[in-house]
Amino acid sequence: MANLSLRQLIKRFDKTEVLHGISLDVEDGEFIVLVGPSGCGKSTTLRLIAGLEELTSGEIRIQDTVVNHLEPKDRNIAMVFQNYAIYPHMTVRRNIGFGLRTSKLSKVEKKARLEEVAAILDMTELLDRRPSQLSGGQRQRVAIGRAMVRDPAVFLFDEPLSNLDAQLRTQMRLEIKKLHQRVGNTIIFVTHDQVEAMTMADRIVIMKDGHILQVGTPSEVYHLPANTFVAQFIGAPSMNMLPARVSQGGVKLASGTVLDIDVPSTQDRNVILGVRPDDLHLTNDSALLEGPVTVREPLGAETLIYVDTGGDEVIAKVDGRHPPVVGQHVKLTASTEELHVFDARTGTAVI
Amino acid sequence: MLPETTVVKATSDTLLKAEKQKRPANMGQIIRWLLLFAGGILMVLPITYMISTSLKWPHEIYNLALIPEEPHLENYTYVLEDGRFYGWFINSLIIAMITTVSNILFDSLVGYTLCKFRFPGRYIVFIAILSTLMIPTEMLVIPWYLMSQAFGWLDTHWGIMFPGLMTAFGTFLMKQFFETVPDDFIEAARIDGLNELQIWWSIAMPLVRPALAALAIFVFLGNWTAFIWPLIVTNSVEMYTLPVGLSSFGDEADVQWELIMTGAAISTIPTLVVFLVFQRFIIRGVVMAGLKG
Ligand SMILES: Nc1ncnc2c1ncn2[C@@H]1O[C@H](COP(=O)(O)OP(=O)(O)OP(=O)(O)O)[C@@H](O)[C@H]1O
Ligand SMILES: [Mg+2]
Repeated sequence: MANLSLRQLIKRFDKTEVLHGISLDVEDGEFIVLVGPSGCGKSTTLRLIAGLEELTSGEIRIQDTVVNHLEPKDRNIAMVFQNYAIYPHMTVRRNIGFGLRTSKLSKVEKKARLEEVAAILDMTELLDRRPSQLSGGQRQRVAIGRAMVRDPAVFLFDEPLSNLDAQLRTQMRLEIKKLHQRVGNTIIFVTHDQVEAMTMADRIVIMKDGHILQVGTPSEVYHLPANTFVAQFIGAPSMNMLPARVSQGGVKLASGTVLDIDVPSTQDRNVILGVRPDDLHLTNDSALLEGPVTVREPLGAETLIYVDTGGDEVIAKVDGRHPPVVGQHVKLTASTEELHVFDARTGTAVI
Repeated sequence: MLPETTVVKATSDTLLKAEKQKRPANMGQIIRWLLLFAGGILMVLPITYMISTSLKWPHEIYNLALIPEEPHLENYTYVLEDGRFYGWFINSLIIAMITTVSNILFDSLVGYTLCKFRFPGRYIVFIAILSTLMIPTEMLVIPWYLMSQAFGWLDTHWGIMFPGLMTAFGTFLMKQFFETVPDDFIEAARIDGLNELQIWWSIAMPLVRPALAALAIFVFLGNWTAFIWPLIVTNSVEMYTLPVGLSSFGDEADVQWELIMTGAAISTIPTLVVFLVFQRFIIRGVVMAGLKG
C-alpha cells in the first residue's frame, strides 16, 4: 500500500509553471530524499504535500485519502522547517505540546506522549527552557520533537540541517536516520546536499527545473544514472564527461582510443562517455586516457589529480600515499562496466 | 543594539586617539556634551516652569523666576478638592485606555492581514490607509462633527473617542513589524492546527510585543493630551477631558495659570506610569523601527 502518492502534480505561480507533472509513489515507512539544484521545485513539492500551497492540477493521496482540498492540519503530516520555526515565546514543553493540539488523546496521554518524545530526543532536562537558551542543534531537535509527537503518516523535512555547522550536520544526519529506524514513519526529506541524500535515503528523487529526472536507491542513481545531469549531480567530484563517437566495434574517444562497448545500433553517432574519478586507476598497460598531471588536491587517504588528456581535463582519485607529481605523465584506465555512455544531444543514458 | 555598539566603539577609538593627541579628542567630547546639555535644558525647561508655576501664588505667575518666592501647595489642594477635576481625569483615563486597547487590537489585525495575506486589492487598501496620514486632524474635525451630530454622539464618551479607535499610523507601524515575523512560524502554526485568528493572537502578536508597547504608548499619550476634538465634541463640563477641563479653569477675563499648571502637573502622572511600565519595550521598539525604516 502506498503511503503517499503524487499524481501529475502541476504548480503554477501566476503564469510561471514551476512543477510540470510530478508523479511519485512512496511506500509506508520509506525514507525519500528529494535533491536537486536551487530553484528546481523541491520546497514547492513539499509545500504542496503539506497543503501550504494550492495545487494547480494533479492529485495527492495520503494513506489512500485524496487530500487535495484538506487543510494542512487534517492531512496527517508534520513538517520541520529550515529555520526550525519553533515559537520563541514558548518553552520547549509548550512548543512540543503544540504539535498535539488537535490530537484526540486525553490530557494524561498527551503528557505521556510528550515525555516519551522528549526522552527519545534526549531533551527531558531541556523541557522548561526557552528556545533562546538552546543551541542550534537543540532547537532543531525541538522542531523535530514537535513534528514527532503527532506520529504523522508522513514527515516532511525542508532542508532541516542547512543552518547547522558541518560537524553538527553530520551528527544530526545520523540522529535523524536512527530516529527513522526507530519510529518508522514515512519521511520526505528535502536537501540540495547530495551527500545527505546518499547517506540517508532509501530512495532518492532527483529533480531539475520542475521535473523528476530519476528515482532510485542511492546505489541505483550512483551506478546507473539515467542521464548526464544525474550522473554529474550525484557523486563528488563529478563524473568526467568526454565527447566520443560511435564507431565500428565500440566507442571512439577524441584521443583516438577505441573502447569495446556495445551500443545499440539505433544510437546517434555522437555520444558522451562518462567515467567517475573513483573508477579511474593508474596503470602501466594500455591506457583509456593519458596525459600530464596539472593539479594535485590531497584529501588525505586519497588524492585528486587533474590530468590534461589533450583537450579534456579529467579528474581521477588515486591513492594518497604515493600520488604522481605535477607534470608527470600518467596512464589511466577503468573497467568497462564502470563506463557510462550518454546520448550527446538528449543526455539520456544509452547503456 | 546597534547605536550602543557604535557608541562603545566610538569611545574606544577616541581613547586610542586620545593617547596620541589628547587635546583635540577632548575638545570634540566637550562640544558634544555641551550640545546634549543644551538640548536637555530646552526640553526640561517647560516642565520645570509648569511645576514651578504650580507652586506659586497668583500674583507672581508672570514673574519668570524659576524658584517661587513663597512655594506652597495650596493650588494642589484646590485642584484636588475641586470635584470637576476627578470627573475629567476619569473621562480622560477611560478614553485613553479604550482607544489604546482598541488600537492594539484593530491596528494589528489590519496590519497583520495586509502583511501576511495575498488578496486582490491588498495594495490599494494599504495605499488608501496610508494616504489618510496626509490629512491633518484640523480638516477632519468638521466631518467628524457632522457625523457625531447625525448619529447623536455629541457630548458622549463614544463621540470623543470614535475617531481614534483605529489609526492609519498604527496600522502602518504594525504592518511593518509583522514583516519581521517569518512566514515559517505562521505555516508551522497552520500545520499545528491553529486557525488564522489563533495564529494572529497566539503566534504573531507575542512576536511583535515591542511594537505593541510602542503603539500603546503613542496612542495613550496621543489621546491623553488630545485637545481640539474633545473641545469641539463636548458641551457639558462633566464630559470634558482633562486638557479641555484644565483650559477652562478661570473665567474669560482671568485665566488661572497656576491652577492649569497644577492640573497639568498632576495629569502627567498617568503618562509617567504608562511610560515606566512600557519603557523597556519601547526603547527596543524605537531601535527596531529605526532599523526597519
Ligand atoms: N510564492 C512563489 N511565487 C512565485 N514563484 C515561486 C514562489 N515560490 C517558489 N517560486 C518559484 O518556484 C521555483 C521552485 O522553487 P522552490 O522553492 O520549490 O525551489 P527549491 O528547489 O526548494 O530551491 P532551494 O534549494 O533554493 O530551496 C523557483 O523558481 C521559485 O522562484
Ligand atoms: Mg527550498
